[in-house]
Amino acid sequence: MLRMKAVSKTYNHRNKVVNALREATLDIPEGDFVAVVGPSGSGKSTLLLVLGGMLSPTKGQIFLGEQSLYNLKSEERARLRREKIGFLFQTFNLVPYLTALENVQLPLFLAGMNEEDQKRRATTLLERVGLGDRIHHKPQELSVGQQQRVAVARMIANEPAIILADEPTGNLDPDTSLQILNFLDEINREGHTIVMVTHDPRGAQKAKRTLELVGGCIHA
Amino acid sequence: MRIRTLVRREIFERKKQLITSFIAIFLGITAIISIKNITFYSEKAVAGQLDALGANILILPKSASVQDYYSADMQDEDFPEEYVDRLIMSDLQGLDNLSPKLSVAVAVGDRNYTLTGILPKQEFQAKTMWQGAGIFSRPEGCGIVVDVPLGNDQAQKEAQARKRIIETLGYDEVLLGADVAATSGIKENDNLQLMGKQFSVIAILPQTGTVDDSRIFAHLHTVQKMTGKGSVVNAIEIVGCCSQISKGLVQKINKLLPEAKVVTITQVVDTQIKTNRLMSCLSMIFLIIIVLVGGASIANYMYANVFERRREIGTLMALGAGFSLILKIFLLKALILGFTGGIGGYLLGTVLAVTLGPRLAGVPIMPLPILLVWATGISVAVAFIASYFPARSASKLDPCTTLQEI
Repeated sequence: MLRMKAVSKTYNHRNKVVNALREATLDIPEGDFVAVVGPSGSGKSTLLLVLGGMLSPTKGQIFLGEQSLYNLKSEERARLRREKIGFLFQTFNLVPYLTALENVQLPLFLAGMNEEDQKRRATTLLERVGLGDRIHHKPQELSVGQQQRVAVARMIANEPAIILADEPTGNLDPDTSLQILNFLDEINREGHTIVMVTHDPRGAQKAKRTLELVGGCIHA
Repeated sequence: MRIRTLVRREIFERKKQLITSFIAIFLGITAIISIKNITFYSEKAVAGQLDALGANILILPKSASVQDYYSADMQDEDFPEEYVDRLIMSDLQGLDNLSPKLSVAVAVGDRNYTLTGILPKQEFQAKTMWQGAGIFSRPEGCGIVVDVPLGNDQAQKEAQARKRIIETLGYDEVLLGADVAATSGIKENDNLQLMGKQFSVIAILPQTGTVDDSRIFAHLHTVQKMTGKGSVVNAIEIVGCCSQISKGLVQKINKLLPEAKVVTITQVVDTQIKTNRLMSCLSMIFLIIIVLVGGASIANYMYANVFERRREIGTLMALGAGFSLILKIFLLKALILGFTGGIGGYLLGTVLAVTLGPRLAGVPIMPLPILLVWATGISVAVAFIASYFPARSASKLDPCTTLQEI
């Protein structure tokens, strides 16, 4: 479903070349749940952004199905992201001035759904993550665990085929982390493909397989 | 969720930061609307006052010399009265009052005076071919577009005397200038014999300080018969709207009456043109200040707003927003800022003009709805242009950097 073919990504940082990814090749079939582990600065986040069509590689190609992601124009990649890819961030990245309901409505609005259907779907999703009584709360009125649950609801709003999660439990206490991991497990069992960067051993245990990224190189 | 919900929510969330930009554009528009509103009515008032000074265009025979504008009609040359028909039937704008005149010297006792034949207003109204066409079917009244109070009846009477607006005058009636009455001792309702014809003195005109004080006014057609010259006149005095004179009324009359000489009081017209130019310059200076100060303030705010929202922009991009949507979000915000600033500025500017205008400019000020279009147009344009580059930079942000995940 998602394939990386000899992908390299280099940055120039203060006149020094930093290799975030080196000739990385990866094949992620549909329904897979992959945990990516590795030390800080090993290129884990870069890997996710490259897979999500947000960061073009210096070399190599990424395929979503048969479609080469970076052969598409920027607007076409944006369309592909809203239709097929869901992101989950360590810092949740909720829009601070929108309520929980409106945050979940965002991807539905971007997909062109009408307002009534957006509200109905967003409410259902928030009830599913246990926040049916918090739909009109703004992020700062919610606990960090609740914020991440809103982010989970937002992530699955458009039923994306692929979910890219960047240390989703990094800012959470153990109980809340477990809740989020259970959600991800449930979502994976529904058929969604998940690639999750994590430092959390319990997260890695939930995954079907674990990849280690060291110095930009992938080790199975 | 709609794009406008997203924009509106953000504005209300961060309204404190927006307030400076809003005040800059709001006060700028307020200032320009106040000035424009006061300028409009003050220009009209000045034009009206200049028009009230009396005739400012004189049509003379081609060969006549203009030694003194106010006595230029006292010469031997003449031309057909039909020129009046041509003027009236023309489509010229800005002819407020026409006064054809024929002057001859007459003796009263042992003194010589000027007998001037004039056409009272009733003659214009009675002539069928002049009705429904030409200048009397057009609302002109340059001096009365804005009603500048003249103070009292005497002042109005004097203004009318200066403008030679005589409503009715019989074929055997005369009006005496103030000096004629004073030197000859003739009073109202006395009889007066001129060139063997008996006249009744119906009024003594108030002192005007011009050569008219030494004139006797009779009906034009009576004077034409007395001189035996037929339907001719020495001059046609015109009260032309100063604003139209500055737009080339004299040249247009010259084209219409190529056989005649058209002269004007250049000082009067120059004053009008200079006043208009000064007011236009003032408005232009304020417009430039608004564009610079308002625009800079909005651009500065927008750049800061883009910087502050870079993580949010990155999130939207990750969720599938394209650069065109990001651009729209910021430009819609600019549109709202421009509209509210423009409408608010128009309202406050109009209130200030209406309340303070009479004290500052000495003329009554009324709201001008057309300025609402001006205000919103300028405000939206300034906000839009100032926001375009920040908005463009937002749409081109690198989502990776904005997410600060690397």
